[in-house]
Amino acid sequence: MANAPTMTDAQGLPVFLDMHEHDHEAGGSTMLGFWIYLMSDCLIFAMLFAAYGLFGTSYAGGPKASEIFELPLVAVNTSMLLLSSITYGFAMIAMQDRKKSAVLIWLAITGLFGAAFVGIELSEFAHLIGEGATPQRSAFLSSFFTLVSTHGLHVSFGIIWLITLMVQVGRYGLTAANQRRLMCLSLFWHFLDVIWIGVFTFVYLLGVLR
Amino acid sequence: MSAAHDHGHDGHPPVTRSGYLIGFGLSVVLTAIPFWLVMTGTLGSAAATGYTIMGFALVQVVVHAIFFLHLNPKAESGWQFMALIFTIVVVVITLIGSLWVMYHMNVNMMPGTADSASGM
Repeated sequence: MANAPTMTDAQGLPVFLDMHEHDHEAGGSTMLGFWIYLMSDCLIFAMLFAAYGLFGTSYAGGPKASEIFELPLVAVNTSMLLLSSITYGFAMIAMQDRKKSAVLIWLAITGLFGAAFVGIELSEFAHLIGEGATPQRSAFLSSFFTLVSTHGLHVSFGIIWLITLMVQVGRYGLTAANQRRLMCLSLFWHFLDVIWIGVFTFVYLLGVLR
Repeated sequence: MSAAHDHGHDGHPPVTRSGYLIGFGLSVVLTAIPFWLVMTGTLGSAAATGYTIMGFALVQVVVHAIFFLHLNPKAESGWQFMALIFTIVVVVITLIGSLWVMYHMNVNMMPGTADSASGM
């Protein structure tokens, strides 16, 4: 015990190491927390991909993947999402340069590309349902509609979030809190793009191949 | 609050226009080639095309993670990367496990097949 460091201050009062912990700034752990949410979202998509992997050929005598998928339309849809990714990137660069109006313009363009993506997807769904390829028709179509529309719903909520942030930035400017929110939406938006890589590869392209 | 403090903490380096443009260029190429391969059937066999486009998808996911998500093993003291590794492990186990188990269920437990009848 003689060698134990003395845990007392100049007045002989005991010192607790916890007292010296610095204050964490507000929102300092938000990015990590949001990332962990995205990872749990990733697990949801993994389960939907697994379901599609199991039922992808369970046509039940109904239409096959190669008969109903139109690859040119999917290619246009994919380019909409890719373009929205780069325009969101430009919004982040404008945020870094503290150009509020440029942030708002790039966010608006991103939102329009996102809306085009959702619109094309809805028209594809309407076309499929019109042809009788409804979610009720076969296990293949059930898993297809569940996976693709879950992604589409994520993009739709992303657009609502984006409009909300445009109002926030327009009214309060590029405050620290708004910058943090824009960075969270950036992660969310690019994450949905990564999920879409899986969708166009495993659902559309591989679906047409078999 | 200074500009340096806004962007320098937590190991998040500043984003650059060239970084986004490189990522975008790569992802356009990595998207266009799989579509071209499937729509023209250049490789001939469906299996070869399938494995090739899965390879392209894997590369494109990595490109997006680096250039768009700005993944960095040092960000958030490494916890962001740790959460990602954990998620990949869980996803791989559940995906491969589900496909493997259900495939064998389909093959071995379909009613009325010759195998199940002879096994009785």
